[in-house]
Amino acid sequence: MAKAYTPGLKVSSRTTHLAHRILPIAGEVKASLGDVVDADTIVAETFMDGDITPLNVANLIAAQPGDLPELMLKKEGERVEKDEPIARSKGMFGMFKSECKSPASGILEAISKATGQIMIRGESIPVQVKAYLPGRVVEVLPEEGVVIENEVALIQGIFGVGGETSGPLVMGCSSHEQGLDAEAINESMAGQIVVGGARMTAAAIRKAQQVGVAAIVSGGIDDSDLKAILGYDLGVAITGSERIGLTLIVTEGFGEISMARRTFDLLSSNAGRSASVNGATQIRAGVMRPEILIPLSSEAMDADSSQSSTDSGVLAIGTPIRVIRDPYFGSIGTVSALPEAPQVLGSGSKSRVLDVSLESGEVVTVPRANVELIEA
Amino acid sequence: MNDTPKINTDAINVILATDCGSTTTKAIMIEKVDGVYRQTWRGEAPTTVEEPFANVTVGVLNALTEIQEVSGRRLIDDAGEIIRPATATEGCDIYISTSSAGGGLQMMVAGVVREMTAASAKRAALGAGAIVMDTIAANDKRRPHEQIQRIRELRPDMVLVSGGTDGGDTKKVTEISEMIAPAKPRPRFGKSYELPIIFAGNDKARPEIERVFSDDGFDLKITDNLRPSLEQENLGPARDMIHDVFLEHVMAHAPGYDTLMSITDAPIMPTPGAVGDILQTIAKGRGINAVGVDIGGATTDVFSVFDGTFNRTVSANLGMSYSISNVCAEATMPTILRWVHLDMDEHELRNRVKNKMIRPTTIPQTMEALVFEQAVAREALRLAYIQHKAFATTLKGVQQQRTVGDTFTQESGGETIVDNMKLDLLVASGGVLSHAPRMHQTAMLLIDAFEPEGITELAKDSIFMMPHLGVLASVHPQAAMEVFERDCLVYLGTCVAAKGTGKEGKNCFSWSLDGGARGSGEIAFGQIEMIELGPEETAEIELRPARGFDVGAGPGKPVTKTIRGGTVGVILDGRGRALALPEERAECRAAVTRTIEAVGLYPDLEGSAV
Repeated sequence: MAKAYTPGLKVSSRTTHLAHRILPIAGEVKASLGDVVDADTIVAETFMDGDITPLNVANLIAAQPGDLPELMLKKEGERVEKDEPIARSKGMFGMFKSECKSPASGILEAISKATGQIMIRGESIPVQVKAYLPGRVVEVLPEEGVVIENEVALIQGIFGVGGETSGPLVMGCSSHEQGLDAEAINESMAGQIVVGGARMTAAAIRKAQQVGVAAIVSGGIDDSDLKAILGYDLGVAITGSERIGLTLIVTEGFGEISMARRTFDLLSSNAGRSASVNGATQIRAGVMRPEILIPLSSEAMDADSSQSSTDSGVLAIGTPIRVIRDPYFGSIGTVSALPEAPQVLGSGSKSRVLDVSLESGEVVTVPRANVELIEA
Repeated sequence: MNDTPKINTDAINVILATDCGSTTTKAIMIEKVDGVYRQTWRGEAPTTVEEPFANVTVGVLNALTEIQEVSGRRLIDDAGEIIRPATATEGCDIYISTSSAGGGLQMMVAGVVREMTAASAKRAALGAGAIVMDTIAANDKRRPHEQIQRIRELRPDMVLVSGGTDGGDTKKVTEISEMIAPAKPRPRFGKSYELPIIFAGNDKARPEIERVFSDDGFDLKITDNLRPSLEQENLGPARDMIHDVFLEHVMAHAPGYDTLMSITDAPIMPTPGAVGDILQTIAKGRGINAVGVDIGGATTDVFSVFDGTFNRTVSANLGMSYSISNVCAEATMPTILRWVHLDMDEHELRNRVKNKMIRPTTIPQTMEALVFEQAVAREALRLAYIQHKAFATTLKGVQQQRTVGDTFTQESGGETIVDNMKLDLLVASGGVLSHAPRMHQTAMLLIDAFEPEGITELAKDSIFMMPHLGVLASVHPQAAMEVFERDCLVYLGTCVAAKGTGKEGKNCFSWSLDGGARGSGEIAFGQIEMIELGPEETAEIELRPARGFDVGAGPGKPVTKTIRGGTVGVILDGRGRALALPEERAECRAAVTRTIEAVGLYPDLEGSAV
């Protein structure tokens, strides 16, 4: 067998991308079929039930739960304002009445005769879904959202933090092997997506936060830098909701590691173009990797009509790959042999392996589980 | 639906069983060979719950087709259906399955008092094979609006509500329910799914609970109180109800499960529930206490049966790939490096750990990488076992009568019922344990993490067959037992360890062996020694502990017992219990190196060892 399946990250100079923009609960779709939308266009909107504030009123006014409905000054379904009296006890001989004020504004949703508890439902919470990817609406899912299509250059990162953002791509490094330091970040990069080469340092990230950079994309990040930026040690790779002021995407992994040359070249050839990025990563069943989408202008599409292609997910002689585990972690090369029989590794385990011709010219043997395709 | 169908067990000669995991569907064939049930063939295929197939049955048929190809026995007919009953050359008599695909069964549980009804509800859910996403209780130290916010964030498959003893106060349990209902937890199967709420609390509160959950969007099920009185825990009805709801609602919403349910001859069980069932069957059958562990990429499950009482815990975020970074954060790197006898750069290791987290399918290529990974595994297992011991406390299991005095003990936290001295059998499963290059490594991972005391058999699940046998036990316990003993377990051997502590080099215990292996000697404190005793062999061991050391009969008292051999043999562990490694790094490395050399853990590395 000369081929074997292995997963990989996509690095494509041109592909048709569909962005599914879906509300978490049913709502109103704001865009129509065929609409051309920008990244910031709101395509769907809904309102979630407001927050609930529970309050045991019976306890507060020293009444029996069963008596509560007649002591309430407001009825179920009525609106209440914060600090407005909502219940009053009968007191003794009409005196010593105690009163309960509403802890929140909203609708009085329920009064329980069983427990003396009431529920106040706060204001509905608006939920808006932006287009994220500029393009054309090719499908409307009633009450749910839309599908947006565009021709893009697509780069999948391996790991990211922070959510969706967009802005023009700007180069922070001149080579794929150059680390991204604080000196590379300047005021003019506010609102932009800065492309580094190798490791992005904590100092560079801090400077970018100060300047207002939208996102950083680079080859690697050090574990200690990530911990310093997040303020905690990340235990599992489920990210996207961090609020650190910008989005970070690494294309290769943790440590002093250069961005794959091909990835760097693709990003640098698109410098100045607007891109949409999302750092959200979920490494569980239904894996989600961070992404960089660069919508292509029609000229670029015409100029770049030919592109390389490989059989998706299939390892073959000559396939470009990345080694993803020590002792060759981060090395890039091409498959030079795919031996059939499993071999005994240095660890003593038996595993199927392959030979890789590294960019340095060295040929090394690694387990097939420890490589990933660089997919076109 | 949960009723086991009547099956004539005498007529069963060929059994097919599958376990539909998140990524792989594993199939086994069991046949009656010379009057005894044996596992004969296996096959596997990717699970097909997600697009483009979105039909779990496709993966099941693919896995069965693999068995068909290797065994030469035709199992699937031209219409793509499993051939039943079996003939001499075709088909099977029964087909059964477990499932954890699509994230398994995810539940939220609630009770009034965290340590009592809420703890009982959690035990019921875990015992049924669920992942407990959160436990809400009136005294869980969160304010009501924080509890409501949490409920809103979760997307459970079902909610189990308990609280109050039968005939007691109804107010508190109603209050808890009143918070759950308006929070409107959103089920992960979408808006058309009516969220099942199982109420297993105070029977007097039922009318109020029915009122609270009368709105659309809920499907209320009522069953017997899981804590009818303070002294009594009755988990059976709640667990059965969870299982019914799992089949009726959760499975029915997973792609292709309606077909799968229609072709199985017994109800589909959640995978961990089936593993728990087989461990209980074995412990009961042999009259022993047993602990099973399944360490995965994301979580570690620990199952125990002590004096007939079953407990299961799931340590979320203690795992060897997705959660490896969390293990390192919880255990701390210096604690992990206690088990490493080589020079390693801590800073580089931290980056390696993160790289494993984001690329979870990679495997150690070098011996150094293996040593580190196994050190992490020791700590993941150790932490999971600590959590298990803290959870498996006195009031446990079904219908246990207790005195009022015991109740007060329980209120103050409860004593763990996990007693390593009483432990007879320790079973390992999960990648890092099952696929360790040397069985000796598996044995030492178990010993270092679980610290068994006295005499304990060590085994591993050969090909993760316990789920299949768990569901088989529900229809054919004898077949399940026979396959478990003959084909499922690979016996590693027996660990003999003395409880107590002493001075390095002083006598810990002396031993003599007669039978499959012969010999005698003395084990000094801090020493570990291995004696060969083959898989089919037994021997009588006589142990004479030094003063202050206990090998099962009490401090200083001798013990004689027949022990079982295995692929590793007998490990005589004089390192003391609790196992304490020297705090000083150089001394610790020297101690670990001695153990590694004595057991032959990493033979290729011993030359480079310190």
